[in-house]
Amino acid sequence: MAAFDTPVQHRSDKEALVCLRTLGQPDPASLQAYLNVGGYKQLQRLVQDKVKATDVITQVKLSGLRGRGGAGFPTGLKWSFMPRYYDGTKYLVCNTDEGEPGTFKDRDIIRYNPHQLIEGMAIAAYTLGARVGYNYIHGEIWQDYEIFERALDEARAAGFIGENLFNTTFSFDLYAVHGYGAYICGEETALIESIEGKKGQPRFKPPFPASYGVFGKPTNVNNTESYTSIPWILEHGGDAFQALGVPNSGGTKLFSVSGHVERPGNYEVRMGMPFTELLDIAGGVWKGRQLKAVIPGGPSTAVMPAAAIMGATMDYDGLSKAGSSLGAGSMIVMDETTCMVKTLKRLSYFFYEESCGQCTPCREGTGWLYRVVKRIVEGEGRMGDLDLLTDVSSNISGRTICALGDAAATPVLSFIKHFRPEFEYYIQHGKSMVTGKAE
Amino acid sequence: MLSQESLAKIDRELTKYPADHRQAAVMSALRIAQDEKGWLSKDTVAFVAEYLGIPPIAALEVASFYNMYELEPVGQYKITVCTNISCMLRDSDVIVDHLQERLGIGFNETTPDGKFTLKEGECMGCCGGAPLFHINNKRMCEFLTKEKVDAILEELK
Ligand SMILES: Cc1cc2nc3c(=O)[nH]c(=O)nc-3n(C[C@H](O)[C@H](O)[C@H](O)COP(=O)(O)O)c2cc1C
Ligand code: SF4
Ligand code: FES
Repeated sequence: MAAFDTPVQHRSDKEALVCLRTLGQPDPASLQAYLNVGGYKQLQRLVQDKVKATDVITQVKLSGLRGRGGAGFPTGLKWSFMPRYYDGTKYLVCNTDEGEPGTFKDRDIIRYNPHQLIEGMAIAAYTLGARVGYNYIHGEIWQDYEIFERALDEARAAGFIGENLFNTTFSFDLYAVHGYGAYICGEETALIESIEGKKGQPRFKPPFPASYGVFGKPTNVNNTESYTSIPWILEHGGDAFQALGVPNSGGTKLFSVSGHVERPGNYEVRMGMPFTELLDIAGGVWKGRQLKAVIPGGPSTAVMPAAAIMGATMDYDGLSKAGSSLGAGSMIVMDETTCMVKTLKRLSYFFYEESCGQCTPCREGTGWLYRVVKRIVEGEGRMGDLDLLTDVSSNISGRTICALGDAAATPVLSFIKHFRPEFEYYIQHGKSMVTGKAE
Repeated sequence: MLSQESLAKIDRELTKYPADHRQAAVMSALRIAQDEKGWLSKDTVAFVAEYLGIPPIAALEVASFYNMYELEPVGQYKITVCTNISCMLRDSDVIVDHLQERLGIGFNETTPDGKFTLKEGECMGCCGGAPLFHINNKRMCEFLTKEKVDAILEELK
């Protein structure tokens, strides 16, 4: 690896490392590093002491852990949906397909602490009776995929995954699967289709994966960060995890901070941290500029003007009270020089490009949104365009198979709501109010 | 049609799935085939399908659905630049302009010597390292500046 490929790491003593707790050791991704922090002890304890599945689920429920993939569904509750008794193979799937712009946290888990994810998945497999697991990894991060493959080899050789673990009847095989460039595969049923070797087109729900998942078998799907939190929860107890955070948002959260900050990167902090403190950890707005807006949880969450987020806390309730949501914790920071019209154009293009095309409102709607924003940016906008955009967005929402349709509408609606004068100016003058230029 | 080495890699992928679900390995099989051949011709896709025992159309559908497969020839080095929001905010357009100027080509074009192809990519899930590109779907180069781009191009020459 050449010198210019080397990642830059910023850390802060205000972090609370649960998912990234091997950081700081010389080779954090190694099995030894994970064993040094007590790794695989929880799996061993559960399996050897034959701890009851319901007891594990109770701890996960107490922990307040909510799905870290964006939807925030309580993990313990999801686990209780898996059929207990099933005559055949049950599957476990991990979603490491993050491709929503601004989201890059799961990558750091698989490259810096892959064994904790493996242990978390093995614990879930033990609890849910899953025999086989797949970790589906985003296409573009090949080097990190290889790190995870190596970790699997190590775990297999050490007897933490495979057959008859710890000399019991419990067996769990875990494999890495590599995506190849399709954002939609982050949606859990598209991801399942992709594992089966098909186009990543979401399935109608119901049936849900818990009854009809990989190869038509009961399947539990969770995000990487969700599984990775599990070993810590079982070591310290659900209550302790909950206590790291705030009511309704237990634990720590990895925030991916990108855009106009001095030190972009992932920071793992307690839920409920004030936004200003997190911004400070990331070095503040770069170049001494003023904050203009923040997308707090990835583009499928509403953009917030600086004034709305300055007083907010980074947790589910805190952000929803302030008018947006936590999503996957992908905080995109924009300074005063950002043209919101141009930014929306890029986001609209993304959703248009990544729509899988099977629902008409999404396929046609995302194309329409993109073309209208594009013509505004090119100085061809008409006064009725803002209403048109609002109309088209409202018509996509709630009328599609998966949530990508809603995700495409969110930036359009929220950008226009909070920055309407900028859009009107662009239409009237044929150029950006911020940069004074047209495209 | 594919080397023994590639076939061995495909066989390893097949061990990840139940024996009656060979299609599940098609994504990795196509990736392995593309690594060997540089791109996926109709014949290569058909060969992969035959090797897995699935209909050619099933493999072709997958090859056309996912962005990282190349169904047309590309240069020896395919450089894919992310221009999505987090990269855009960190001036990915400066990197794009610089690459286009240095290589004398636009997006989806290949240099006359067949060395470089330039592509525009969607979010690669590495936004903290913006601006960035990856080379041949494998090597991620982050925190780019014009100087770093020059150094990388020099290394690949
Ligand atoms: C368009 C779309 C993209 C998604 N992308 C991801 C993703 O990259 N990673 C992820 O974990 N979940 C993603 N999800 C959510 C998953 O469908 C699913 O809810 C999640 O993986 C469940 O895990 P969790 O409960 O642990 O969050 C996406 C959903 C949609 C609709
Ligand atoms: S909403 Fe869009 S992405 Fe989702 S299934 Fe329908 S067309 Fe595909
Ligand atoms: S926006 Fe460029 S890698 Fe995510």
